[in-house]
Amino acid sequence: MQGPGLDTYGLTGTAMDDLLSEFLTETAESLETVDTELVRFEADPQDKATLNNIFRLVHTIKGTCGFLGLPRLEAVAHAGETLLGRFRDGTLAVTPDAVTLVLRSIDRIKEILARLEQDQAEPPGDDRDLIDLLEAAAEGKLTAAKPAPAPAPAPVAPPPVVVATPVPAPAAAPPPEGEGDGRWDADLGRFLRPGEVSLAELEAAFMAAEAEAEAAAAPAATPVAEAPRQEPARLEPLRTETVEHEDEDASARGGKESALANQTIRVSVEVLENLMTMVSELVLTRNQLLQMVRGQEDSAFKVPLQRLSSITGELQEGVMKTRMQPIGNAWKKLPRIVRDACRDLGKKIDIVLDGEATELDRQVLELIKDPLTHMIRNSCDHGVETPDVRVSAGKPEKGTIRLSAYHEGGHIIIEVADDGAGLKVSRIRQKAVEKGLLTPAEAEHMSEGQIQRLIFAPGFSTAAKVTNMSGRGVGMDVVKTNIELIGGTIDLRSREGEGTTFKIKIPLTLAIISALIIGARGQRFALPQLSVLELVRTGPSCEHKIETLNAARVLRLRDRLLPIVALGDLLGLPEPTERKDNAFVVVMQVGEQRFGTLVDEVFDTEEIVVKPLTPILRGLETYSGATILGDGSVILILDPNGISRQVSRTGATERAADKLDAANDDLGSAGDAMGLLLFQSGEGSPRACPLSLVTRLEDLDATTFERTQRGVVVQYRGQLMPVVHADGPFALRTTGRQQILVFQQGGKAMGLAVDRILDIVHERLKFEQNDDTPGLLGSAVLKGKATEIIDVGYFLQQAFGNWTELASGQRSVRRRVLLVETHPFFRNMLAPLIEAAGYEVTAVENAQAVARLAEAGRRFDVVLSDADDAGLEAELARLLADSPALAHAPRLTLSARSELPYDSAQPVVRKADRHGLLAVLDTLISKKEAA
Amino acid sequence: MAEIEYVTVWIGGQLFGAPVSDVQDVFRPTGLTRVPGAPAEVGGLLNLRGRVVTAIDARARLGLAPHAQGTTGVMAVGIEKDGEAFGLLVDKVGEVLRLDEKTFESNPVTLDPRWAAVSRGVHRLDGRLLVIMDITRMLAFDAPAQAA
Repeated sequence: MQGPGLDTYGLTGTAMDDLLSEFLTETAESLETVDTELVRFEADPQDKATLNNIFRLVHTIKGTCGFLGLPRLEAVAHAGETLLGRFRDGTLAVTPDAVTLVLRSIDRIKEILARLEQDQAEPPGDDRDLIDLLEAAAEGKLTAAKPAPAPAPAPVAPPPVVVATPVPAPAAAPPPEGEGDGRWDADLGRFLRPGEVSLAELEAAFMAAEAEAEAAAAPAATPVAEAPRQEPARLEPLRTETVEHEDEDASARGGKESALANQTIRVSVEVLENLMTMVSELVLTRNQLLQMVRGQEDSAFKVPLQRLSSITGELQEGVMKTRMQPIGNAWKKLPRIVRDACRDLGKKIDIVLDGEATELDRQVLELIKDPLTHMIRNSCDHGVETPDVRVSAGKPEKGTIRLSAYHEGGHIIIEVADDGAGLKVSRIRQKAVEKGLLTPAEAEHMSEGQIQRLIFAPGFSTAAKVTNMSGRGVGMDVVKTNIELIGGTIDLRSREGEGTTFKIKIPLTLAIISALIIGARGQRFALPQLSVLELVRTGPSCEHKIETLNAARVLRLRDRLLPIVALGDLLGLPEPTERKDNAFVVVMQVGEQRFGTLVDEVFDTEEIVVKPLTPILRGLETYSGATILGDGSVILILDPNGISRQVSRTGATERAADKLDAANDDLGSAGDAMGLLLFQSGEGSPRACPLSLVTRLEDLDATTFERTQRGVVVQYRGQLMPVVHADGPFALRTTGRQQILVFQQGGKAMGLAVDRILDIVHERLKFEQNDDTPGLLGSAVLKGKATEIIDVGYFLQQAFGNWTELASGQRSVRRRVLLVETHPFFRNMLAPLIEAAGYEVTAVENAQAVARLAEAGRRFDVVLSDADDAGLEAELARLLADSPALAHAPRLTLSARSELPYDSAQPVVRKADRHGLLAVLDTLISKKEAA
Repeated sequence: MAEIEYVTVWIGGQLFGAPVSDVQDVFRPTGLTRVPGAPAEVGGLLNLRGRVVTAIDARARLGLAPHAQGTTGVMAVGIEKDGEAFGLLVDKVGEVLRLDEKTFESNPVTLDPRWAAVSRGVHRLDGRLLVIMDITRMLAFDAPAQAA
């Protein structure tokens, strides 16, 4: 080791440790920058400023290594620097291979540093292999297609250097064997190694970079002219080649930069953590004091306490700020990862970073680094396609991964989006079945979104082949777990062929969170605000009532059914002796799951300090920690993720949740699968009706039923509602409770009394038509049991008989509707429904039947048909256009798809949307009559 | 002769001893917050001078019936382990005894395995026996099984 080692300076013990740790931190930071800069440089080899920056960083690392007596590191850094020097002076073209080599040397340095950090000493070993490669590359021997190897001094290296120092050999001479290239460097006091650049040359290079940056238009000669002026300073008897000097020089030049650098100090993380803990305690104590003074109007403490309170708040904010770091710090490695991935996989991918300055707590930052890296790798590997695939799909050859971060109300949102192939739903479905995660039946019934989210399931990986980056099946579930660990959530949306976007929502800081304090069965809990969507008050006198479906509780909220779990039940708290009438539903969203948690009381929101639970209790997934409230009591913090998992595990609610979800999709997208409400009425087999027709489920007191001449009515929501029993008028109860399905017809409601509501199923209907039993459409096998499907229209007519007659009587002629529907179930379900609304319905099953009607000269006011059957539609369109009898009839189509085709020429209504259908029918006919 | 000081406590009518070096303090627990779903051994959480302390119910740990009056009126022995604060809930705290190794015997083989698991041995005192608790083992019990 020729450079002045540590011993020279008599540095030992702690001084050495301090220096070393400082060096390690600094070098790690520099290396990260080098990584990023190199990738940028590779993309734009003309970018001299970037190259100079890289060069300077590597040189600094080398210099420091020399100073600290770390020969291995110095040698590797030196060889890398040499190659970079060749790039810089333009004697070597920048090729991906060469850049890879430099990156490899950076990697090697990192490896050695890691060992150094561990053992406090440089690991033994030799880097000859790498250095040889680097030197060969520097000589231009890496690939053939290079400009002639010219180990001549760089064009930017100014002649004055040579003049000012005793040079035993001409600079341009080819390097002799052995001791370097023979150039003597006065600053170093030794011969230069192959390709090594003298400090003076380096100086000149900096000047060149400055000059280029400052005056882009300046000719190349400028730096050479300027260099001599600077030279005398360099020749002063400062012989030590230390990093301090490099820094000094750098700061002397970059005025603004250094001013900033001088205003920052390094503080160990431990000190900050300690500060944070103490501030947290202070916040708690303040809360306690506030609680004590609250209510005492004339307390002498009031004013000073307010001041203490605000100062504490500011202090908390200030300390939090010290822990904040731009998220860009966690992203530094990513361009390099994408670049390497592109090389390995033969892909072309751009990574776009957006919102790098978004700040978040360093602890959180540390914890998301790995998940993010993994996700980026995944996007490279599985997301973005190879260039040829992309081109054939009509996309630009180069894929893009966009990483963005932004704040959203106390949280930070990170999105990872690629414009790749998207998730292949069919493959995921198939794989899930293969792996036994789903039964084929379950897989059939799950929505696309639900299937896509299976990639978060443990052990799930769709990669057809295992690459060295991902596809080992420990992918997204680990990412999800890690994100959930810090109280975050992850979700995705993906479109096949268009790309995938992951959205991560994480708290800004882990130490203090905003929480809702709730009470369940006499015990208080804190619920992080992150997952709380809204609060709904519920009770007999409230607008929102909790209804029961076979013991599963649901809440009707804005036309959707929300599964409800009682927090007390979930936690196994003892049942209260007296039931409270009023309660609250906390509507929560965790990932894709939305559910309501039933609690007895809601107190207020508080900023709480999260204290971890003891390891014994950490296994309880329901809690994420504990906190001390202002009144000094300890309460548990609920973990929304854990609750959500428990909710989905609770058999009944899971079924309800799933089925309701499916039912909410109305008649569903999976072919003929639809949500059906199963109930028992009478002795026979269970019965069912489409869930979508049911407006409400009620449990009414049978003694309130009033018997009138026209039948049984009950006062319901300020109206008299007719009630009929599905099994005949005598089955209606006279005492106790009666379960009722409420159907709405226009502004009026009808109640269909049933003995017992059994279940909700979402199944593909194998419907068998029934010819004559009134009130029954036919039968189907549901849940392995023969089930009768009731004719809702029949009961509507029974209940509204008089009213319907009245309605149709108002019109001189009954409007005629032609219903063309292939599926017998829909045909049989819809026809009576439309009839009940006062229309005359002719239902046919195919275009041939329509043709016969047309030939017979039958006229219709509206033609209603199935939009999902493209063949039928085309045939109908032709037929109707040709038929003078039908050409004038307005068209209306029905679709069972959950997403309606908006580009249709005719109005489209969902098959299950009876109100919509009747409303549109009415409008169409009025329009036609007005015309 | 080595003498060790023990804090003695009463748990379900039996005298136990914990080495003084293991005990931080003795306090009367107030405002115990139950942890639903936690193992029976966890008596709850409490606030001791701004710290969240996990209370371990000694009776439950030893497989004894719960105290007739619940956790009211019980005492707690404060223990610090791996940076975590624990409070061992006991019926009563007795005096501090300085005991000679001579009166110490290892666990009798017939001792209930639940007791043997947390006991280092027994001191023969005048008229009664003192079971020496192994605090580390007292605080180590199986975390609740979690469904994956």
